[in-house]
Amino acid sequence: MRAVALGATRGIGRALARGLAERGAQLFLLGRDADELARSARDLELRGARPPVGRAPCDLLDRTSFAPALERAEAALGGLDAVIVTAARFAPQAALEDDLEAVEQLLRADFTHTALFCELAARRLAAGGGGRLCVFGSVAGDRARRSVAIYGAAKAGLAHHLEGLDLRYRERGVRVLCVKPGFVRTDMTEGLPAPPFAAEPERVARATLRALDGRRTAIYAPGIWRLVMQAVRRLPRRMRARL
Amino acid sequence: MSEARARSGAAADAGAPGRFEEISGWGRTLRVRAEQLHPERLDCMPPGVVLTRGLGRSYGDASLPPRPGDRVVCARRADRLLAFDAERGLLRAEAGLSLAALHQIFLPRGWCAPVSPGTQYVTLGGLVAADAHGKNHHRDGSLGRHVTALRLRTAEGQVLECSAQQEPELFDATLGGMGLTGHMLEVELQLAPVTSPWIWQRTDRIAHLSDLLARLREAGSRWPYTVAWLDCLSSGRAFGRGLLMQGRWAHPDEAPATPPGAGRRVRVPVDAPALAARAIPLAGRVWNGLSFRFAGRQEGVMAPEPFFHPLDGLLDWNRLFGPRGFFQHQCVLPYDTGDRAALGFLEAVRQLPMQPHLVVVKDFGAAGRGLLSFPRPGLTVALDFPCHPSHTRPVVERLNALVLERGGRIYLAKDAFSSADQFRAMEPRWEAFQTLRARWDPKTRIRSALSVRLLGDPA
Repeated sequence: MRAVALGATRGIGRALARGLAERGAQLFLLGRDADELARSARDLELRGARPPVGRAPCDLLDRTSFAPALERAEAALGGLDAVIVTAARFAPQAALEDDLEAVEQLLRADFTHTALFCELAARRLAAGGGGRLCVFGSVAGDRARRSVAIYGAAKAGLAHHLEGLDLRYRERGVRVLCVKPGFVRTDMTEGLPAPPFAAEPERVARATLRALDGRRTAIYAPGIWRLVMQAVRRLPRRMRARL
Repeated sequence: MSEARARSGAAADAGAPGRFEEISGWGRTLRVRAEQLHPERLDCMPPGVVLTRGLGRSYGDASLPPRPGDRVVCARRADRLLAFDAERGLLRAEAGLSLAALHQIFLPRGWCAPVSPGTQYVTLGGLVAADAHGKNHHRDGSLGRHVTALRLRTAEGQVLECSAQQEPELFDATLGGMGLTGHMLEVELQLAPVTSPWIWQRTDRIAHLSDLLARLREAGSRWPYTVAWLDCLSSGRAFGRGLLMQGRWAHPDEAPATPPGAGRRVRVPVDAPALAARAIPLAGRVWNGLSFRFAGRQEGVMAPEPFFHPLDGLLDWNRLFGPRGFFQHQCVLPYDTGDRAALGFLEAVRQLPMQPHLVVVKDFGAAGRGLLSFPRPGLTVALDFPCHPSHTRPVVERLNALVLERGGRIYLAKDAFSSADQFRAMEPRWEAFQTLRARWDPKTRIRSALSVRLLGDPA
């Protein structure tokens, strides 16, 4: 498999890229920090990825970086079978309450720019005969919650966009997978109190790898969140206000 | 800076606060509520970190901060492989890489860790900090002999490479330095080649202690891995009977065609109630009775995991000891005081107000270069006890007195209750260690509950 990954130096992206490396995949990494990209590329090569693991700069907040990055990835890999996006920003609601600039930045990173990146990626995959576009949403996007309202809104919009993308590109061989993790213990959630069903990134990565082999367009990871969110969606608004 | 920005960049490590969680050593006797960070990269250390810890497998307070609320870093997520020379087996990795991950990746490629302690759930940084030893100490020494270089961040924030050639004094003090000489960032070590990913092992039943010690040493001349388990719970003739376990990597023609799969693991889900935990000595007696009576001589192929890490199959087994926890006392009794010293020590153990449920004995080879490294030529004895509100401290004090009489010393990775006086009496090297620390860390920024207790650091 020839896969390009945005956000693979850390968190779930790191665990997922390692899973692909163990399968002997050919990987190309996109991210902001050149040193970190180099370190992670080496790690993945030593864990079984086909060397060399290429890399190019790409920043979710700078949409002009998307097209050249994907271009370089495709050229280096000699084609694309999968595009994986785990990069995102996170902020609890309390940190955003009086900071519109921060709200705007979060919406831009997690919705607008991620959606634009996916548009470009889907186009490229389609041009090459199809492939898998795997993007990370969140259970926070399933229902609004006070504590992660803005982040949840961005992820809800993203899930909707991905659903549409799958419908639009399905005939051209592009299959979209939207992964909705629950609380995962990574740098992104460092310091937050861990709720029940908090998972390690490796567990989410394993579930995602299984889904990449299958045909589903959206999964919860770990799978228990499917049941939890079904229950949460059925809660009356008044009860949800207390969550 | 908004938190939205802080959360996804390199700045996250410097800005995001950690979680307050209760942390303890493996024995779960001492617990501290500390602010623990788990960064995925160690290159931007937040301010005020008193200690970098690994997977918390040291038994006592070596991985605990001096005071509740102190900030510590857990390195387990900084686990990237950085370089591997497939010809020579030289590996460089971030200090949080676990031994379990190392074996999972490199055993199929024909390499194993040069030293494997009783658990695989340890980080490279933790192995270096304890200068860990394993069943092959008589032949291959402790981990420090195989570490070729370390990358440290000193307490003053300087990042430097150290090795036998570069900053050799700091290097030596870090091998076995219990994480007190700097924050370990990267470890470079020499892996050992294996003939197959399987172990050829042989277990012998031995009727008496005096035989066992001679047999242990004799086995060491033929086997790379040796260790003995003793039954010290039984009285009379059964006292001191034991199992001598010997192993080596299997030859390709002895090993099964497929590599060993991941062993089945069961997790202890909750703490055992205090009452149940009190049954452990009894359970130990029954277990000893059965295993020492019925285990005959066996020989054959087995997976490396149950051979090196027999207890890892039961995850979180320390919870069986209930809320009080347990402790281990491990010492080395030098050879120059003779076998009688070891026999006398074990005889004296019988007089204690409580008995160890597990006794492990192993002969050590040459000492390493670590300034505060534990192993030295002699016999090491590890005794496991459940904690007891009134017996624990007197028992440790008595054991330490016995060790002192025989010119031995204790393993800091296991220790939780020794007094500073007894420790300093058996470790004249402690002053040199403190002098070196003072050079690199004049404000004693890096410290642990152990360094406060034994080395006199300010809390």
